[in-house]
Amino acid sequence: MSNISRRRLITTGLAATAGVAGLAAADRIARRYGLIPPDNVGFFGPGETLTYAAQRLMTTHSLAREFPRNMISKTPFANETAPPNEAFKRHQAVGFSDWRLSVDGMVARPTSFSLPDLRSLPVHSQITEVACEEGWSYIAEWIGTPLVHVLDAVGVLPQARYVVYFSIEPDWWESIDMADALHPQTFLTLGMNDGDLPVGFGGPLRLRVPRQLGYKSVKYITHITATDSLKKFGKGLGSASPEGGYAWYAGI
Amino acid sequence: MTHWITVIAFLALLVTGAEIVVSHPRFYWGEVGNIQTHPLFVLPIPASRDTVPTGYRFVMPDENGWSRYLHFEAAWVVVLTGLVYGLASLWSGHFRKDLLPAPADWNWRSFREVFASYLRRAPPDKSDGYSYNVVQRTAYLAVIVVLFPLVIWTGLAMSPAFEGAFPWAVAVLGGRQSARTLHFFISGFLLLFLVVHVTMVVLAGFRSRMRAMITGHTASSPSNPRSTHEQHLTT
Repeated sequence: MSNISRRRLITTGLAATAGVAGLAAADRIARRYGLIPPDNVGFFGPGETLTYAAQRLMTTHSLAREFPRNMISKTPFANETAPPNEAFKRHQAVGFSDWRLSVDGMVARPTSFSLPDLRSLPVHSQITEVACEEGWSYIAEWIGTPLVHVLDAVGVLPQARYVVYFSIEPDWWESIDMADALHPQTFLTLGMNDGDLPVGFGGPLRLRVPRQLGYKSVKYITHITATDSLKKFGKGLGSASPEGGYAWYAGI
Repeated sequence: MTHWITVIAFLALLVTGAEIVVSHPRFYWGEVGNIQTHPLFVLPIPASRDTVPTGYRFVMPDENGWSRYLHFEAAWVVVLTGLVYGLASLWSGHFRKDLLPAPADWNWRSFREVFASYLRRAPPDKSDGYSYNVVQRTAYLAVIVVLFPLVIWTGLAMSPAFEGAFPWAVAVLGGRQSARTLHFFISGFLLLFLVVHVTMVVLAGFRSRMRAMITGHTASSPSNPRSTHEQHLTT
């Protein structure tokens, strides 16, 4: 058995000190630059923070892959949703003519948009893939108003750090950071494959976040709010997903 | 140390990976795949989601949430531990001395001789106590420099944000669903290695091998080259 030499003791001590100091510095930098996800709690917190921080550092401005038109899936799959509630059925009965999207929170001019209002903003299209956390996927063309145009229209304040969005279905809400909220491919989606967005795929209005898994693309959006903190929403974990056991950040 | 951390994290990855597969036990080739497209193959197991047609009349409990959290956390542990191990092994010469097969051994005859001695259940050489033979070296190197990097790559190729930043890393694999299928098979190879590896350790004498792995010393060779090497390094 070799003795623990003085040199090894000193080296190990220095390495441990550097490690602890490094972690403390990393924590401060991460907080400063918004690299800590809201569900950084409990046993899975460190892994979640590493994933979110690493992906944010690498992918803040990268675009989701876009595909040629001939790769659009002939058989897209509309994942099942709970049966629509009464409020949704009333809108459906009149062809969604009364559908409103209210935008408030940290904005200069809280506004309520009708679907024609949204269509009057610049409308773009993208051919991107929907990937479900279960493993399946499909490619479709999505037509809609980039969320950034809506946020510009209402004058989102510079203090805003997250955008929270709610479905007409209760308890179905998500949030994204500003990197995704201002991202040119994050759409308030109104159409799919050259037609109106079918109800099964989230029509009349779905927020598509193509750089994250399908469950971040909430269907039947009625309300968006900009905020500097997610603490006051639900249980303070960022969205309904962590409350149901799923990660808030779904870029992986 | 890095070995045992990797063992724990790898077992966590296996269990949670299997759990994630259960939510959609169908595999595809190419970019896209869902229950309305033709599968490459289907695992004959029930699913944890009722949207997947499996032929079973029941649905398994859905444990994807914590499985995904733990899968990625354990993946970080493997990646960071692997980096420490890789750098330390390059630095200390562990790769060169203990893992790279000697050029003279790098031929079919040496492989055949090792397998023949395994099949004869020949008593191990004195040297086998503290040095790896050519088959062991090849298997360990394949796991460390081929299978682990591949399983990490194919795993990342399923991340929508990673795909956007590094589209070529998905394209060369043949698409997102191909990456998922490859991820499944590479995990299978790693599981196969695990089974063979543990079997060999048991055959070689579980207690003495464990003692050697934990303390770094073998009982039969008081002056084995590895411990003198370590003493040399520390003094």
